[in-house]
Amino acid sequence: MASLELIEVRKAYGAATVLDGVSLSMETREFLAFLGPSGSGKSTLLRVIAGLETADGGEVRLGGRRIDQLPPGDRGVAMVFQHYALYPHMSVRDNMAFGLRNAGVAKGEIGRRVLEAARVLEIEPELDRKPAQLSGGQRQRVAIGRAIVKQPQLFLLDEPLSNLDAALRMRTRVQLAELRNRVDAAFIMVTHDQAEAMTLADRVAVIHDRRIQQVGPPMEIYARPANVWVARFVGSPAMNVAPVELLDGESGRASVRLGDGSQVDTRVPRAGLAGAGPLQIGLRAESVRVTGAGAGTTDARVELVERLGDRTLVYARLSDGQALTGEDRGASRVQAGDIVGLHMEGAAAHLFAPDGSGRHPVESTA
Amino acid sequence: MNALGRRSLLQAAPFIGPFLLLYVGLLIYPLIDGLALSFHRADPFGGRAFAGLENYARLASDPVFGQALGNTFKYAVLVVPVLTAITLALALALNKPGRTASVFRGLFFSSSVLSVTIITLIWRFVLTPDAGLLAEAWEAGGREPVPFLSQPDLALLAVAVATIWWSIGLPMMLFLAGLQQIPEDIFEAAALDRANRWTTFRRITLPSLRRTVVLVVMLQTAAQLQLFGQAQLLTAGGPGGASRPVVLFIYETAFTRWELGYASAIAQVLFVLILAVTLLQFRAGTSRREP
Repeated sequence: MASLELIEVRKAYGAATVLDGVSLSMETREFLAFLGPSGSGKSTLLRVIAGLETADGGEVRLGGRRIDQLPPGDRGVAMVFQHYALYPHMSVRDNMAFGLRNAGVAKGEIGRRVLEAARVLEIEPELDRKPAQLSGGQRQRVAIGRAIVKQPQLFLLDEPLSNLDAALRMRTRVQLAELRNRVDAAFIMVTHDQAEAMTLADRVAVIHDRRIQQVGPPMEIYARPANVWVARFVGSPAMNVAPVELLDGESGRASVRLGDGSQVDTRVPRAGLAGAGPLQIGLRAESVRVTGAGAGTTDARVELVERLGDRTLVYARLSDGQALTGEDRGASRVQAGDIVGLHMEGAAAHLFAPDGSGRHPVESTA
Repeated sequence: MNALGRRSLLQAAPFIGPFLLLYVGLLIYPLIDGLALSFHRADPFGGRAFAGLENYARLASDPVFGQALGNTFKYAVLVVPVLTAITLALALALNKPGRTASVFRGLFFSSSVLSVTIITLIWRFVLTPDAGLLAEAWEAGGREPVPFLSQPDLALLAVAVATIWWSIGLPMMLFLAGLQQIPEDIFEAAALDRANRWTTFRRITLPSLRRTVVLVVMLQTAAQLQLFGQAQLLTAGGPGGASRPVVLFIYETAFTRWELGYASAIAQVLFVLILAVTLLQFRAGTSRREP
């Protein structure tokens, strides 16, 4: 059974549309990440689901029940706010119990649930303290605890890791993963950090320009991006995208020529591409290997070298001025100003149709 | 003091000096001289004779002082809670964006910029039994107009009402500032925690405004214990002293009966009272802190 269903959700602030017909369906116990840059509408979408914003159109359903007309507290969702939003004058215990008291849960049951959550989150010694006396990580756990005790059908996490330092972020990430295994609920996490989205989520919804651009498992989004925007947003460094010309050919696979004349034989089916208009090729840096000059698909002048230890990123420019990012081994001796060869792995190349939609190699290891 | 400290003090002197001079001359000296004066029999024409505690002894058994002190506390008790409640309610109602709210904020604040003379003039128009606003209303209803300002039990109330009307601006602004300090997301968290409006107000808004409430009550109590102008101009303390506050009594003693020593003694007592009340409120307002 579907857990959360969004049907054509629309939201505008005055003349500015922020969500334009968003539809989505979640499985029970699924962990979904809303991934997008700031201003993409991902937080607004989360707030519409929570009931903190009202949608201008469309439906929100949870567990088969329509909830978009209900007040936030009656929706069966719990939210962990980006800045935790703990009640500063209440103890940790009261912070967690507040919602249950308002819902009229029996006193003994409240105490039991609060203690259980505190035990799991290791904040038992902090129960009688005020939020101001806690560290950032402890506050974060109280915020999560406040959500857990409500036993919601759906957890909404708004940038849950963004206020933590790097070490704590890793630990909390693991805790979130454990939490999701333990509770019988679905999760939505808003984030602009693709590493968080990729590691925690079953599926990622990439949100940009008021719409969901693509929903799918992390690796599918990486391997088969729906369009140029997703291709360039997901993955680091961003995918190389360059204009190409489709070559004539009898085979079923598309061969293309870059601006500097070099040819790449892709495994993308040729069907439907001829005569469609200008195409673009997409190549991740790991599919552009740095070789000696003359030994690759084409030659390029190196502009910048980034040494990452295990590998080296080489930012180069082709003879026609097209910028490409390639990868070399960690011990690379390439320097800015060098002429190097770039070997483009045609088998891994993507093509993008004039409308931006992605075409992917068949037999690719998705 | 080491050489460095002496040098920086010398450098600071020209900046602090002028203010310090004024502060000492106009505040510290009168304060001390006032205290000294309270132990003397004195008049403004140079007569000054040491009288020990005579003024204070006289004060203890002065029925007029007793009445004025009682009136002063009545003013504080009538004005402060009502003013606090009204200004908090106004701030809650007007704490929203938009032109209407900002126009009303300005309207409610406007009375504060008027001088006490204007205030009493306005309230005279409202309260006076012949052709006053309320009198007209009463007569239109076919009833005898009420002489608010000359009836003993109503005069004090009338002064208190005028005072509330005059004092709304500052506490309302303090509450608005306090409300805007509360982060929006804890109200959202409360909404998700199924808190209704009353619960949200009682458990979230009010505790968050605690410091502002203490501040408003302290400021207003100190201010109302010094109530003077409205009472003098609206009722002249009458009828029969029924609306005379302590400061008006001090004024009358000093500047119509010319008993400066006695007036100073009353002023010292009022000073200690205000200090004590304010400190008590501060203790009560901040004692319930986290362990």
